[in-house]
Amino acid sequence: MRAYIDGSTAIVLGALDAGCDFFAGYPITPASPILMSLMRDLPRNGGVAVQGEDEIASIGMCIGAAMAGARVMTATSGPGLSLYSENVGLAIMGEVPLVIVDVQRLGPATGGATTVGQGDVQFVRWGTSGGFPVIALAPSTIAECYTLTMRAFDLAERFRTPVFLLTDKDLNLTMGTVDLAALVPVSVRERVIETEPETMYTYHPPEAVPGMVRYGTGRPVRFTGSTHDEDAFITKDPDRVGALNRHLIEKIERHRAEIEFAVEDTVPGAATLVVAYGVTAGAARTAVRRARAASRAVSMLTLHTLWPVPETVLERAMAGTRRVVVPELNPGLYCREIDRLAGNREVVSIGRIDGEPIDPGEILEALR
Amino acid sequence: MTGVTITRAGSYRNERAYPFCPGCGHGPILDALDGALAATVNDPSRVVIVSDIGCSGLSDQYFATSAFHGLHGRSITYATGIKLADPSLDVVVVMGDGGTGIGGAHLINAARRNVGITVIVMNNLNFGMTGGQHSTTTPPGAITSTTPLGNLERPLDICGTAAVNGAAFAYRGTSFDDDLSDRIAEAIAHPGFAVLDIWELCTAYYVKANRFSRPGMEQTMRELGMERGVIARRTVAEYAAAYRAAAAGDSGAPLRPVGIPQTHTAHLEDRRVVLLSGAAGGRVRTAARYAATAAIASGLWAAQHDDYPVTVKTGHSIAQLVFDREPIDDVSGDPDAVVWLAPEGRSRAAAALTRLGPDGVLVTFPDLPSLQHPGRTVLLDPSGLEFRLSRADRALAGMAAATSLLGLFPLEALQAAVAEGRGDAARMQQVVDAGVAMAGSTSADAT
Repeated sequence: MRAYIDGSTAIVLGALDAGCDFFAGYPITPASPILMSLMRDLPRNGGVAVQGEDEIASIGMCIGAAMAGARVMTATSGPGLSLYSENVGLAIMGEVPLVIVDVQRLGPATGGATTVGQGDVQFVRWGTSGGFPVIALAPSTIAECYTLTMRAFDLAERFRTPVFLLTDKDLNLTMGTVDLAALVPVSVRERVIETEPETMYTYHPPEAVPGMVRYGTGRPVRFTGSTHDEDAFITKDPDRVGALNRHLIEKIERHRAEIEFAVEDTVPGAATLVVAYGVTAGAARTAVRRARAASRAVSMLTLHTLWPVPETVLERAMAGTRRVVVPELNPGLYCREIDRLAGNREVVSIGRIDGEPIDPGEILEALR
Repeated sequence: MTGVTITRAGSYRNERAYPFCPGCGHGPILDALDGALAATVNDPSRVVIVSDIGCSGLSDQYFATSAFHGLHGRSITYATGIKLADPSLDVVVVMGDGGTGIGGAHLINAARRNVGITVIVMNNLNFGMTGGQHSTTTPPGAITSTTPLGNLERPLDICGTAAVNGAAFAYRGTSFDDDLSDRIAEAIAHPGFAVLDIWELCTAYYVKANRFSRPGMEQTMRELGMERGVIARRTVAEYAAAYRAAAAGDSGAPLRPVGIPQTHTAHLEDRRVVLLSGAAGGRVRTAARYAATAAIASGLWAAQHDDYPVTVKTGHSIAQLVFDREPIDDVSGDPDAVVWLAPEGRSRAAAALTRLGPDGVLVTFPDLPSLQHPGRTVLLDPSGLEFRLSRADRALAGMAAATSLLGLFPLEALQAAVAEGRGDAARMQQVVDAGVAMAGSTSADAT
């Protein structure tokens, strides 16, 4: 059976099915429907939802709640994400499982509250001090809003890290028809609380993800945003600080294979590959279908993981092609990642920044 | 109190010695906290000391309890999250006066909300760790590294601010008070939000720059009218408990997607795009939703891209609808029908009409000016109807007309969809019939 829902609803359903039991957020277009739905539904599910006094309070409450045992999510848009910045770093440093939905709108600054954009693709990766890795997923359909929300919760648990779900105004607020059979739940791992760990964290081997702890369960739990030793006491000892920071990088980098998600629709012999994500991927797939209907061999790659950059799948999809077309609703921001992997292939950026979505016709023109 | 601070090793302290300067008030305050914890709670792991930045932010490391050391001025937010997620924990914030500036909004709102956390402000009247800069609580005239001319700002009344905004408990004292441990214990035990503004000496900066002392501190408090003692003690509903009680009374079920059974069969062959262009409050998006539901009930796929300004009850309201036999991956496309409903939608309707093909149709009303386009115009004239077609009825009437003119799906499906809606079913069905009838009676002419 089919249903008529929007991406916001699919995200809320995904969060509920993933076992989310704490949400805090602050009203902002176009993310507010997620806040409103969870304010209604989380208490009905035994959870807690709060509207914070601002974005800083909202993500702060989420981080605190996560360490007290909750599965947490927050949702915002670019202006709010700017205020999340410092606490994103805290969640990285303290290794907090946290899902952050960024419903992108056109920037910079207030930009266009009800205007679609994809200008945060680099911001989520580099938006907090230090340059340490995060995970970012990007659904391109309403059904994927559901599945990738669940995936985000699973990855947050797996790697004890903030995971961004990067969507946009059009994906979240456009109503569409969904085959309910396509809302296939993604398995979200249970949180296993280590009650008597010898130390709060482990940095050896560097890629090992420490078990999760919880306030009030077992031994006293320590948490800090300062450089710290494995028992979360502040230290400036270079060996320990180095081990900590290498660990924060390696636990993501060495597990790339577990994080790379994409839909490969490649055609043997195709000279051109389209790489797209989010709402723009829908227009790109339409363009590719039209090109194929006109007997042009074109390959299509829809990225579900944006960070870390899914380099293996990108290189596989680019193999044998001579041109890569990257449509996105920003000045070519993610195209930079494609460019550095593309070797001597021609890379064509279609970057639209006037607040209008990219039309399939615009992409089709590039598929010569 | 100068020179060596004698630290009593209470049951909630660990073996580490405090790192604070000689004469600093932080040690005595933490000793008082230790005593209060020993008097009020049992399990150190169930006490969470939440600190943030500055010398006060080092505090949690000297306790054998659970601890959270977060960002500058944000300790109240973490504490709120911890308490809301697990109300059985005892959550104590230890912050500095710096945090009442950068995190002032959190202090006010935590007081308002009355989450059951206890906040101890180690108020040494300046930023001690970063070089003795003035803070929100620096007294008037004080010399600090950032008030070389003397402080011109009035200091923040922490207790007054919290109290006037509903805090359950507010207390002002000093690090020299003999009963401080008891007051902290009282604050921890008191349901709701509790704050203790504890004045103390920063021997590294403030004392040196202002020849400050314990008597001077007490005199300053009197001069400012910031009296010592319990400023507020009231009975409140603790938020985490109140939330759970309210939730227990909500018998509603969480959201689930509602499947739309197929009850009709559409005979649409190609993708069709309909643009409804009207005014906010004109039920444009609702009409679009009925049409989409009807289309899905007829075996089609439908999608709806809305556009509206940031205001709510003024300006345009646009819904672009796409109907297809196949799943819809994007909502772009030139319109097959433009339904223009109200003056507010004029520019969007006119823009869409530039993309209308010769087979396209403009559905509109006689009171709206004519617009140039290559298709045909169907005027819906409500003057002959047996009921008054309101402005808010136009979108549904226009959508019914477009459904009929384009043969999108059976009109019975639209009738069924509106009957399932929230409004007066009989009346909405009357509006659908009227839209179809008006479209049928009009003389379709090219413009």
